[in-house]
Amino acid sequence: MIAWTIYLTFGGALAVLILPRFLARWIALGTALVGFGLGATTFFCDDIDFARFMTVVRVPWVPALGMNFHLAFDGISLVLVLVTGIAAISAVLFSWDVVDRAKEFFFWLLLVVGGCYGVFLSADLFLFFLFYELVIIPKYFLIAIFGSTNKEYGAMKLTLYSFFGGALVFLGILAIYVSADSLDLTQLARFSFPAQLQTWVFPVLFLGFAVLAGIWPLHTWAPTGHVAAPTAGSMLLAGIVMKLGAYAALRFAIGLLPLGFAMWRNWIALFAVIGIIYAAAVALRQRDLKFVIGYSSVSHMGFVLLGFASATALGLTGSVLQMFSHGVIGALLFAVAGRMIYRRTHTRELDALARMNLSKALPFAAFTFVVAAAASMGIPGFSGFAAEITILIGTWKSFPLAVWITGIGMVLVAAFTLRALKRTFFDHESESAATPIHLDPITVPEKIGAVVLMLATLAVGLYPKVLIDRIQPAIESMRIFQ
Amino acid sequence: MVGLITFLILIPLAGAVVLYIGRPHSARVVALIFDAVAFFYALMLWQRFDPGSGGLQIVERHDWIPSLGAQYLVGVDGLSLLLVLLTSIVFPFAFSAQRLDRGACALMLVMQAALYGTFTAQNFVLFFLFYEMSLVPAFLLIKIYGGENRDYAAVKFFVYTFLGSVAMLLAFLGIYFSKGTFDFTDLSRLGKTGLIPGNLRWLVFGGIFLGLAVKVPLFPFHTWLPDAYQTAPTGVSMVLTGALSKMGVYGFIRLLVPLFPNEIKIAKPWLLTLVVCSIVLAPLAAWAQRDLKRMVAYLSINHLGYCLLGLFTLGAASSSSALIDKHAALSGVFLQIFNHGITAAALFYFVGLLEERRGMRGLEDFGGLMQRTPLLCAWMSVAMFSSLGLPGLNGFIGEFLIFKGSFAVAATVTSIAVLGLLFTAVTFMRAMQSLFSGPLAESCATFSDLRRGEKFVVVPVTLLMFAIGLNPQFIFNTFNATVVQMARLLA
Repeated sequence: MIAWTIYLTFGGALAVLILPRFLARWIALGTALVGFGLGATTFFCDDIDFARFMTVVRVPWVPALGMNFHLAFDGISLVLVLVTGIAAISAVLFSWDVVDRAKEFFFWLLLVVGGCYGVFLSADLFLFFLFYELVIIPKYFLIAIFGSTNKEYGAMKLTLYSFFGGALVFLGILAIYVSADSLDLTQLARFSFPAQLQTWVFPVLFLGFAVLAGIWPLHTWAPTGHVAAPTAGSMLLAGIVMKLGAYAALRFAIGLLPLGFAMWRNWIALFAVIGIIYAAAVALRQRDLKFVIGYSSVSHMGFVLLGFASATALGLTGSVLQMFSHGVIGALLFAVAGRMIYRRTHTRELDALARMNLSKALPFAAFTFVVAAAASMGIPGFSGFAAEITILIGTWKSFPLAVWITGIGMVLVAAFTLRALKRTFFDHESESAATPIHLDPITVPEKIGAVVLMLATLAVGLYPKVLIDRIQPAIESMRIFQ
Repeated sequence: MVGLITFLILIPLAGAVVLYIGRPHSARVVALIFDAVAFFYALMLWQRFDPGSGGLQIVERHDWIPSLGAQYLVGVDGLSLLLVLLTSIVFPFAFSAQRLDRGACALMLVMQAALYGTFTAQNFVLFFLFYEMSLVPAFLLIKIYGGENRDYAAVKFFVYTFLGSVAMLLAFLGIYFSKGTFDFTDLSRLGKTGLIPGNLRWLVFGGIFLGLAVKVPLFPFHTWLPDAYQTAPTGVSMVLTGALSKMGVYGFIRLLVPLFPNEIKIAKPWLLTLVVCSIVLAPLAAWAQRDLKRMVAYLSINHLGYCLLGLFTLGAASSSSALIDKHAALSGVFLQIFNHGITAAALFYFVGLLEERRGMRGLEDFGGLMQRTPLLCAWMSVAMFSSLGLPGLNGFIGEFLIFKGSFAVAATVTSIAVLGLLFTAVTFMRAMQSLFSGPLAESCATFSDLRRGEKFVVVPVTLLMFAIGLNPQFIFNTFNATVVQMARLLA
């Protein structure tokens, strides 16, 4: 049944294109809701063994070359399908007032979502690569047509980085295909690749994926891309698309090439720690609110990579948890910055925002941003804390030094988040502080979208077990732990 | 008794005669009617073709020049059939791109007949006859109907290809004097043991290689191509890249690789170097172009480079390497030939549409088209994505298979060649950005979007791209047996 998330989302995209324009946003919302519903039904199904990679569909595609249309899922995929659904719903809600070329907008939006579902569910390397590359195109158009601030540059940079990563992935897939003579993930999982091959294929494949996950020093597409994208675009980009890279790195690079992983994981840890610290430090110096959030994404994704490098079940579980958590929090932050604030004030300059006394003008936005900031900083009770603490505990055994440094890094994260929060909402530099400037009130769809995301981060923060129960069995059944 | 294939060759020729004698009012309509008939016959050929057998089928054999032992021998296997189908698709596509006058239509039809002949001829004398027959109309079409700089381009094209042809002819005479036969099937059987003893074989090998490499073209014999493609009218460029350039690749598959297996193994590093240069440098050159047509022309070199990459690694593979990799590489080459024919022709078609609306075709002459002509931009983007090898479209599957096959034999070379994919992507993204996005250029403000007649052409071609990309199986079925047989022959 979960396969229908893919079909329905692509079907919805076509329907948006064909049916009249006033229906576009409703179709998009319906599609996102149904997609989420399908994901959630499977997610909360009791009689599923989350440790196994369960095949949903398997149809021969090009039998002569061993290509199958093969969809499967385990606990990890389910968690990411769920966060895709959540982010998709709120992204549609936060683009409720897109009027200009609305059909196109929702078409591209649903293509991104559908492609992401496809990546998380495919169990055939060829199929996976098809979906993986498919996401690039709608991303480009979303940014290039509907973006703001330097959108052409941002779109191009993002696309070129994606293609560069894609070329590396292509090479890695070729090497795997040629040496194992199969594209099927269940067969590949049983195949032991020669150690010599793993030593060079692993870094190629991992780097290709990590580009999309925003690994330092190949992260620079992320801030510019996020800033240039329209709100829903940056929500999806930060919320899901960066997870594609991380998920694929986990599933394919680490899952299939354990020896290569063991050989290179020190480097992953190094880059991850540098990424966390560096991005946080850069974020501290940004003047543009969206840039702050863009760099915070890079910093948070650094935690995911650090969890990978730990090579412990706990660390990897934390990574997947962090993918979910950041998917929600990143989307929320961008929603506040891009839609609630920028649409109304037409500026994202922290200095300009500081003069506007926004906490009075947009109390709901202030509230949302406080919640998002708290979650992002890793305040206990929100998903960010649950994920990051799991990662740090998991990493402690392998890289104590990295945990120390990252601990200091978390102070920086708190610093830049608080700075952004204070400058945006709670500075009273303006002379006319008593009379707040008039801005359009926050609309109902925006409120619903924000509440959905806030509930998600709160629920996982208070009761992370619901996710961990599904992630951990899948992680523990990975080959590196056997 | 006139067989199906002979009929297929005669139909376009008859069309040319009708155009010449009849002086019809609308030459293009007459040409399209004859093309429709030819297309129908090609489909009939496909239907009559038995995909289960890899050998020659629907053979016609008549004595022709008994003193030379040259027969009129035509027939098709999976590869020939594929190319016949491609030719039948590309020509109507080209005719519908542009209003050409009577003479041009007649010349195009002659070229079409020559292509059918080249792809079905099964001995060298006949092959060479048709091969040369295509050269003259191509030369005249560029020379008479070309844009600026046409004299230079036409002469350059003619001199390059003609020198190549002469080299090839001399080489084949050498083979004939040594072995006494022109028949492709016999020759490829003899190829294993070496056709010619001593160092003379390198001269012969070099002659054939040169003739074909110029035609494809392969770096560094490619310099005629940008000039010719740029100046030729849209329809002619489409045919040149969509069908005519395939003669070179076809020749490599049919002649060079089976006839000189040992030589290819020895020359492998050199051949692969040239191929990689083609693949990596051509998109860089395309990147630097300001003229859209020239850009697409350079990318053609890159795409045909993939074909030769697959072919040379296949030829150079040791007999111990897995058969499945050889199958993959060869299937990839076949698919890539077909795909490039469709996609490159489509790209030239779209450039033609833009040129027709604007009167110019520099990258800087357009801007913000997405606002004015969303449909044109959307369909053109599909063609571009197909060309840059986006999964889900036809370009990807062929390249994937070629890379799969060549990776098993020459991993380093393949890894470098992947750069070509990246540079192609960059080139196209840059073009898309400057054409489609940004503020609407004033000069483009009055553009009309796709007209009905244009949609009628664009939609089926695009559907074909998706069909091959999503379900390549139906094309595979036509040539799979041929692939298996050829791979066995080369093993």
